[in-house]
This record gives sequence, C-alpha cells and structure tokens, in this order.
Amino acid sequence: MVWTADQPIVRLKDVHKSFNALTVLKGISLDVMKGEVICIIGPSGSGKSTLLRCVNALVPINSGSITVEGQEVNDPKLDKLALRRKVGMVFQQYNLFPHKTALENVMMAPIHVLKRDRKEVEAQALALIKKVRLEGKEHVYPGELSGGQQQRIAIARSLAMNPDVMLFDEVTAALDPETVKGVLVAIRELAEDGMTCMIVTHEMGFAREIANQVYFTDGGLLVEHGPPKEFFANPRDPRTKQFLDQIL
Amino acid sequence: MIVSRTDLAVLKPFRVGAAEPWRFSVWHGVALLLALIVAIGIGEAQAQVVAGKPGIIATMIKWTPLLLQGFALNIAMSFLAMAIGTVVGVPLGLAQISLLPPIRGSSWFVTQFFRNSPWLVLLFYCMLLLPFEVRIGDTIVPLPGWLKSTIGLSLPVMANVSELVRGAVRSIPYTQWEAAESLAMTRRQTLWMIILPQCVKRMTPPWMNLYAILTVATPLTSVVGVSEAMTLTGDILSSEGRTELLVPMYLYLLLFFFLYCYPIARATIALEKRFQVR
Repeated sequence: MVWTADQPIVRLKDVHKSFNALTVLKGISLDVMKGEVICIIGPSGSGKSTLLRCVNALVPINSGSITVEGQEVNDPKLDKLALRRKVGMVFQQYNLFPHKTALENVMMAPIHVLKRDRKEVEAQALALIKKVRLEGKEHVYPGELSGGQQQRIAIARSLAMNPDVMLFDEVTAALDPETVKGVLVAIRELAEDGMTCMIVTHEMGFAREIANQVYFTDGGLLVEHGPPKEFFANPRDPRTKQFLDQIL
Repeated sequence: MIVSRTDLAVLKPFRVGAAEPWRFSVWHGVALLLALIVAIGIGEAQAQVVAGKPGIIATMIKWTPLLLQGFALNIAMSFLAMAIGTVVGVPLGLAQISLLPPIRGSSWFVTQFFRNSPWLVLLFYCMLLLPFEVRIGDTIVPLPGWLKSTIGLSLPVMANVSELVRGAVRSIPYTQWEAAESLAMTRRQTLWMIILPQCVKRMTPPWMNLYAILTVATPLTSVVGVSEAMTLTGDILSSEGRTELLVPMYLYLLLFFFLYCYPIARATIALEKRFQVR
C-alpha cells in the first residue's frame, strides 16, 4: 500500500503494551493527519510517554498496529533506523550529548546517519539554532546552557534530520518556569510551519492554543478527544472533568 | 567592639559535618619521604660502629647505577603490561556489553577468572606454560623470562581494564542511548560517538590508579627470577654480606617506587577532582 498525504500520517489501532505484569496501554487508537498538531494530556502513569515511544519504536508494542506514512511499526522486519529518520523526538530531560557543543549536537546525526555534506549540514544547523533563538551559543557545551536553552537545542537537533513527524515528551516538565516560554514558542513556530506534532504535555494553556485535537488518556485508554475549545469548555467524561478541575 | 551581646552562656549552632575531612595532601607525601630519609640516616649512623667498612650511603651510591638499571626494567615491564592489558582489555570489556549472549557470557567469564586470580599464580603459570621461544614464519622469537612475566602481569590488568570499560559504559545514563537511537544512529555509532567518548573521561583516573598498582606489583617477578630492581637488591645484599645494610637497602628501593608512583597518585586525585565538577 502506498501512503498518500490524504491518509493519516500516524495511525494507531488498538495498541496494547505491557511491561511484565504492568499493562500500560490497553487498546489505543488514534489518527494524526499531516500537518496536524495533537496534544495528549492525562495524569502521570496513564501511558502518555509510552504511547509516544511506541511511535518511533523505542518501545516495542505487544499487539495492535502503528503505521507511520503507511509503514507498519509493529513488524519484526521493520527498518527502525528508516522509521526514526522520519520521526523526530524530544525528551523531557533534553538528553543532549554533553561532550559535544551545541552545534555539534545538531550536526551529528545528519552527517553520520544521513551522510550529508558537512558544509551543507553546518549551514542548516546554524539556521536552526538561529530559529530557536540561540545565536551565539553554537560553540557552547550543554552543561553551560540553561534547561530551556538545552531543550531548544534538542529541538534543533531533531529538526536537523528533516523529520515528517515530531514527538514531544513532556518537554517543559523539567524546566524552570521562566525558561518554559522560549521552548513553547519554538514548538508553536514549528507547528505554524506545518510540522506534524504529537505533544505530551501538562501545559493546558499551551495545548488549548496550539492543538488541533486534544486527547485525554487515563489508565491506558483514550478517554475522550476533541478540538481544544470544545474539549476544555465541555468535557464529556467525568474523569476528564475531574482531571481538568484538579489542574486548572 | 562588642564581643558578645549577652553575658549568658550561649549555645552556638551545631553544624553537622563541619569538621574538615582528612584529605591526602602533598604534605603527607613529603612527610613520608622525610621519614624514609631519616630512617636511612639512622642506619648510616649505626653503621659507623662497624670499623673499616665504607659507610652505608657510600655503599648505596656505589650500587645506584645497577639498581637504576633494574628499576628501568620494572618500568619497562609496567609500561608493556599496561599496554597489552589495555589493548586486549578494552575489546574484552566491550564484549561484555555485547548483545550476543555467548560473547557476553564468555567475556564475562574470562574477565572474572583473571580478575580474581592471584597475580603471583598467574605469573607462575605464564613462566611455566609459555615456551622460551616462538616460531613466527621462519624467524624464531625468543621469549625471555621478563617478557613472559610481563605477559603474566598483563592478564590481571586486562581483566581490570575490561571491568573498567564495562562499568564506565553502564554508568552513562540510558537516556543517552535513547537520544542517539531516536536520531536513527546505529548501536555501533552510538557506542563509538556518544557513549565511549564520555567513558574515556570517567575511566582515566581509575586506569591511572591501576597503572600505579601494577608498577608496585612488578617486584613480584623477582620470585620467578627476573633481574629487576628487587632481585638485584637481593643480589647486592648477598654480595656485600652485611646485615646492617638490609633495612636501608630495601628502604632505598622503596624510595624508587615511591618517587615514581606518588606523582601518579597525585595526578589521579587531581583528575578525579576536575572531572567531578562537570
């Protein structure tokens, strides 16, 4: 089957995942169209992060199906590296490579994985660092950057691979409040440029502003979803209501 | 100037752990060195009693060139054993984190076997089991005793380096692997470009420590008859035949090792401190 842009770029169908005795995902289905931005919210331990990790095969699933651009992820013959070139991921703890400068962090994968020309990659990397507003920090090591700055470099590092989908796993959860905004601005600009984004977040205001669809997970299930206005104004499920009451 | 605002007894705040922890400083090394020199001096004074014989210091100076020659062999053996041990130990350590169970298991076994064997036993085995020469093609390469015992010493070094590598790789947070994986890097790329460069820094101080331990262990080879500094000291003592020389001569030998190893220990501590900051 050839994937075309009118089909969902990421499609999860009845995804189950358990770690030994602990069942984390109990049948998750959702579609993401190209250029769409979805936010996944829910209490901790509800399987949000695992769900994201399944999409780029960092975590193998037990049953069900995940496709990215029509390619089945839950397949033993899957070329994981090919999948991960299409799907970028940003982590809660940034996970920059501490022995490399900001610029080297961004340039590493395109040069060594995509085997692209160094000059060309450097130009792109500099542009990306400028885009996340960290000009002048190119030759600084991650240890000398603030959490928010590191996270923005991590975003640039993922973007340098020219992914089709970006996954954001609670990227502001570990940040000092004053540095959160810069990261959210970077993600918003990315979304405005038409990048497909799957965002796990606790920033409700941000979700309301940026998402096309908001999903609420609880206990390994998708409880409900909808466009943000509707979702936040009139949650239908009592669990969603309770969660939003606690947070907002 | 107000010394105190009250005449009443005041309980000053009690600070837990306020006392300075005892630290190994340059002065401890200097003190040790002085103690050695004083001990040799006392020996010299006592020796004055023996009439008609040259003084102890004069005897020491007489034999110093020979002792230095022997000591040079100790250093050479330590260098070579460290080099062999590291060159073989690093791949062995990497094999210990292999994804293939047979490779992982066998390298684990080899590491544990040599790490938990007495160095002297390994030395004896190498002396007895290795041939005195090997034929490579048409050339015959002799294997003198010092070379065989160097190989013997390199075995425990290899095992220790293997554990250093394994431990260092395990100490890198798993999230580094995950980040590299999500950038579509292969396991090999991740290992060589992300994980191992970070390990080098962590491994250097314990590696230097291992070298210092190896160096002070090289006199073990005297037991299997290698003419290094320890053996030569014994030879010198028996040729002089003076019991009052015994303690000063061995102290003198100890001084050689101390002067060589102490700076390494200092450098190790300095490196550890520097790497802790980051």
